[in-house]
This record gives sequence, structure tokens and C-alpha cells, in this order.
Amino acid sequence: MVIKSHFYHLFVGVDMALELYNGGLDVPAILKKWYEEEAKSNYGAFIPFVGTIRDEDGITGLSFDIYEPILESWFEAWQEKAKAKGAIIKMAHARGDVMLHESSYISAVFSPKRRVALEFIDEFVEDFKASAPIWKYDLKGGERIYAADRSTAIKGSGILGEKL
Amino acid sequence: MIRVEFLGPIQKEPLELDITNLNQLAEILQEDKELSEWLQNSAVAINDTLVASLDVELKDGDKISLLPPVCGG
Repeated sequence: MVIKSHFYHLFVGVDMALELYNGGLDVPAILKKWYEEEAKSNYGAFIPFVGTIRDEDGITGLSFDIYEPILESWFEAWQEKAKAKGAIIKMAHARGDVMLHESSYISAVFSPKRRVALEFIDEFVEDFKASAPIWKYDLKGGERIYAADRSTAIKGSGILGEKL
Repeated sequence: MIRVEFLGPIQKEPLELDITNLNQLAEILQEDKELSEWLQNSAVAINDTLVASLDVELKDGDKISLLPPVCGG
């Protein structure tokens, strides 16, 4: 199996894989690995989502910072929700720079039947966008510019700015 | 001492503060004008657990993190 040499794997527990890589993701290798890991697990559905960097607004790529401790606990909570429905989630994300047409994010749900996986991947990816502690930057003209206008404040934000 | 870390795009070095609750932290950080926008839109975690209110006591060795707006994927 071909896995990038900078592969970095966090086991969040049995069946709870959250994978972080430096740079763009090797999509075929990751999907193959996940498929093979669960090929005999008796899941009837495997729904992957692959996010790819598009050529737009003159960027040469995107760059990411990740805060791992909270990402892990966020992911673990989702894994528990999946487990309650007989499903599992897998997720891979890039750290640092990811260039155009490379992938920065892959997630997948395996479930006994398709409906759970189709609904779960939607909910999971939406909450990922709104809550996962990952920060995105545009790579443009040699600069790394925080994507403020595409970012979402985590639920409960702003308490330190309250009037005292 | 309480360690305060500023994550992601907030360009600020960590602080070591002698405080006992989040109200004191808010008071100190609100004096820093460069932080004012971040304070309005950042989430707060104590020892890597998000909190929703300033009504929290701190103990020696606690780590506070400020998490500005996120955008994974």
C-alpha cells in the first residue's frame, strides 16, 4: 500500500481514525486504504466526500492550521453519534500548503444501509465546516491571507468581548 | 499561572497571567485594541474544552485557548 512518507495518524480509539497529513492528500491511496480496512466489515454503503482546491480568485493554493486537541474531541463526539447508528466515519485533512487541484479534505461514512450514510455525510461535513478547529488561508501573490470572509465563528464565540 | 494561547490567524504570542477567572481575562484582553475584533468572534476553550460563559473559575496551570472563526476543508 502506498502511503505518503509524511503520513501522520492519530488513533482516537478503536475504529476511530482521524488522519492528518502535511500537504495535499493522496486521494487514491487514502480511499483505497479505507475501502480495504472495511471491505469485510459488512457495511452495505461507503460514501466518501473529497474536497479539492479549485482555481479561483487568482490563488495558487490554500493553507491550513489545525488545533489538534479540540479537533480530536470534536471528531470523537461525531464517531460516537455514528456508532449509535451502526456507522463509522473516517476523515483525513491536510496541514500546511495544498496547491490547486490537490485535495485538502476527505471524509467518508460507512453504514449498513445507504440512507444513514447519505444523511450522515451531509450533517457531518456541515458541522465540520462550522465547528472543526481548522483555519484556512489563501495563497496569493506570495502571501498567506486568512480567509476571514469564508470562516464561521464557532458556536458560543464572543464571550471575552462582552461588556463587563 | 494561567497560560493563554491565541490560535490560527491571531498573531499574538502566548501570555502567562496570574488570574483566577475568565472575567479578569476579559478585562485584560479588552485593553488590547488589536484584539478587540478577535474577542468578538473567537470561541474560548479551557484545557481544550469549549466554554460558553465567563462564569468560570480558573486554577493554577489551566490553559486557555482563543479560537477565531474556522474554515476547514
